[in-house]
Amino acid sequence: MTTLLTPPSVRRKIRLVFTGHVDHGKSTVIGRLLYDTGSLPEGAVAKIKKVSAETGQPFELAFLLDAFEEEQKQGITIDTTRLQFKTEHLDYVIIDAPGHKEFLKNMISGAADAEAAFLVVDAQRGVEEQSRRHALVLKLLGLTQIGLIINKMDLVDFEPKVFQSVSSELTAFLESLGLSPKFSIPVSALNGDNIVNPSSKTPWYHGPTLVKALDDFTYAPEHGTGLRLPLQDVYKFDDRRLLAGRIESGVIHVGDEILISPGHKKTKVTALAAWLDRDKKDSASSGESVGVMVSDEFFNRRGEVISLLTDAPTVSSRFTASIFWMGKNPLKVKKRYKLRLATSESEAQIARVLRLIDSETLAERSIKLDKPANGSSLDGYNDVQRDGHNKDPRATAHDGAYDASLDAPQDAPHDAPHDAPLGASFGKVSEIGFNQTAEVEIVLQHPLAIDLFSSHRATGRFVLIDGFDVAGGGIVTQIEERLPIKFGFVGDGLIARCEVFEEYFYDLNGMTVSKIGTHDPMYCVGDAVPLVGYSYHYPENFDIVVFRDQVAITIRQGKVAGLTHLSEHSYEGFPVVNGRGFGVLIASQEDFNLVRHDYERLSGDNEARLAERWLDFNTFRRIPIGSGDLRQTT
Amino acid sequence: MNHLQSLEADSIYILREAYSRLGRLGLLWSIGKDSTVLLWLAKKAFFGHCPFPFIHVDTGYKIPEMIAYRDKVASDLGLEMIVWQNKVALSAGMGPDKGRLICCKALKTDALNAMTKHYGFEGLIVGVRRDEEGSRSKERVFSERNEDDEWDYTNQPPELWGQFKTDFPKGHHIRVHPLLQWNEIDIWRYILDQDIPIIDLYLAKNGRRYRSLGCAPCTGIIESQASSVAEIIDELSHTNIAERAGRAQDQEDSYAMQKLRKDGYM
Repeated sequence: MTTLLTPPSVRRKIRLVFTGHVDHGKSTVIGRLLYDTGSLPEGAVAKIKKVSAETGQPFELAFLLDAFEEEQKQGITIDTTRLQFKTEHLDYVIIDAPGHKEFLKNMISGAADAEAAFLVVDAQRGVEEQSRRHALVLKLLGLTQIGLIINKMDLVDFEPKVFQSVSSELTAFLESLGLSPKFSIPVSALNGDNIVNPSSKTPWYHGPTLVKALDDFTYAPEHGTGLRLPLQDVYKFDDRRLLAGRIESGVIHVGDEILISPGHKKTKVTALAAWLDRDKKDSASSGESVGVMVSDEFFNRRGEVISLLTDAPTVSSRFTASIFWMGKNPLKVKKRYKLRLATSESEAQIARVLRLIDSETLAERSIKLDKPANGSSLDGYNDVQRDGHNKDPRATAHDGAYDASLDAPQDAPHDAPHDAPLGASFGKVSEIGFNQTAEVEIVLQHPLAIDLFSSHRATGRFVLIDGFDVAGGGIVTQIEERLPIKFGFVGDGLIARCEVFEEYFYDLNGMTVSKIGTHDPMYCVGDAVPLVGYSYHYPENFDIVVFRDQVAITIRQGKVAGLTHLSEHSYEGFPVVNGRGFGVLIASQEDFNLVRHDYERLSGDNEARLAERWLDFNTFRRIPIGSGDLRQTT
Repeated sequence: MNHLQSLEADSIYILREAYSRLGRLGLLWSIGKDSTVLLWLAKKAFFGHCPFPFIHVDTGYKIPEMIAYRDKVASDLGLEMIVWQNKVALSAGMGPDKGRLICCKALKTDALNAMTKHYGFEGLIVGVRRDEEGSRSKERVFSERNEDDEWDYTNQPPELWGQFKTDFPKGHHIRVHPLLQWNEIDIWRYILDQDIPIIDLYLAKNGRRYRSLGCAPCTGIIESQASSVAEIIDELSHTNIAERAGRAQDQEDSYAMQKLRKDGYM
């Protein structure tokens, strides 16, 4: 742990958000914390006193954070605020989040990048709708460090039974979501009880004060150690070509072999650029904004993700996610939205709603529970943790309410409530309303490099844009892998099947042409290809056109230079072969267009005629006579 | 990564997002410490290049040394500079004697808004920080202004996971705030750490210095012995007085900044 011995300038700060139902006193708790620790500038308190005098309102510590006139006049927090705070041991960024349901989007803005959270609950009013909704959202945002503050203890005469009752109800709810609070503190922010000093009014409480409790939080552990560097831009301000972005996880070194997804290009890091000499280095790690120079001049663009070869993100256009919706208009199934994941973007549709979670209904249900639901029955929200690679034998399908209820309702756990599961109208749910959370299947217009949120946070979460507004967010819980193909080329978001580097022979006994061997490699952009085989010989520069997949592959200097859709491919004067490695008689762009035109009309009837007209069976390939093993033939 | 490195990396990320996602972009350079740090960060973000112009909204009442310093730095670094004034208001005699908030609105807000329209800026990079004052504490990193340059602070967009507001109707523009998370003392520690040249009005002479720079008639001088950046950091570590205490316009009204900024003030 860092201590004061470390100069303040190098101490990292823990981001800590205060959440909870409207009017339960979040801003006042923070105000009291700052006031009693002497963390406020002189002018700040003077300004509040001035406002109180001008408006005739009582002196309100909350005004320290509720700076807007509207907030002060109405006595509620509208928008989130951040301010800095330090204890003897750690530095904090304290984030105040509004508790009114209208402003959930502002609460999410505050909480999204927090490392720890407090849930503030009014002792007299107990757990209310937004207390639960905020807990749900915290779970969705991936927060695991949570503390409870039971505020306004003065209103219940510091009665330990009230504290215990509220505290255990909320703890039970959190545990049903798979969260366990680190502590629960009875406070009165109005008078400062248990904020900085232990209160004489709570002799029955032996836990930490709020200030002490803060030091129980730690920096959120790094999520995912594998390199993820989403590209923000490609710069060519001078003769250098720089791939710019921020490293979201892992480390990159000069000399590393890297993969750029979804284009699937392999290359090598040659340098990390910097403006100042003092910033020049051979490696960079998580959190750093860098400029990477690579050995191959590929076409690169914003949205691609750099990883190491062995631990790459999945390239996919279909995945399952837990989402929250903050849009004015409901999220509609099958409607087109813009989805942004790290720096990438695609049009997206919700293919179907798997489960809908209404936190108001959820709230009513949870109150009936006498004990923690153990994640098995309440709402199946443990599913948020579920991921495609979960090796934990306890997390089998039988354990998750999602699998149990969706696929095999008859196997539903016996301790489940008897009424229907929430949002159980699978397939019938066609929209998700304001402030609702749901589990959905999403389909993208084109594939992106995606990770599970549980393995790599930055590339495992996304926002949805409705019109001009960020209206929803979500985390990826399962990814549908693209169908594997065994041979051919992959890159630039395209796949082409072909057999250009296969060996063929003419089998005298069977009078047939056969392929030899079962080795079917996949070539990526940047890979060197075997130009010379026993039965073929290609030049250093040539193009392969694969009509069945509508893809052209350009080979330059013996390496895969790129894949393009046939409609975007242009003839550059190099020889052309088809997917089997036979020459195609193309000598101009016009020829290329004609061939495309003809092959779009390919059928059993004209196949021979097209082959006769366009193919050359002599130049690049020959069919040697053999009997299954070319090395034995002469 | 330490705290300053992490602030630096995130600000660079924001600058690059602005450059990639917004149309015509400019950086408001007020000559002060914050926007001078911004200039430095832009150099880092774009590897020694500054792919957008620097803008100075000159009220005509700036402390004279600021103007001399501006012209020198702009020529030393070869910056593409836009200097803009509300000439109509100035020639009509606008000044703080007409009322501080009226003067700020005419010479800063209106000038800035006219400049934005004139050049068709879609993004303005501004060096405001959350810890300066209340309405800035509620800001977003990418903060939309409508066709009348107004800020709808009661309905700000959600901002999460580095996904900023980059979709908006034509005619609106975005104020980009790369320094929002920095504190006053972070700025000075970074200036010390990076050895960034700054205007010497901040350094104490004869026991007095400026803590915040603005127009001469409305900017107070503080008592201080801090004649080096290191001494300023030491002084700030022990002070309990707010940074903008010496800025007269802030004290005109309890919600002065909120009101000014709603209309487009930086």
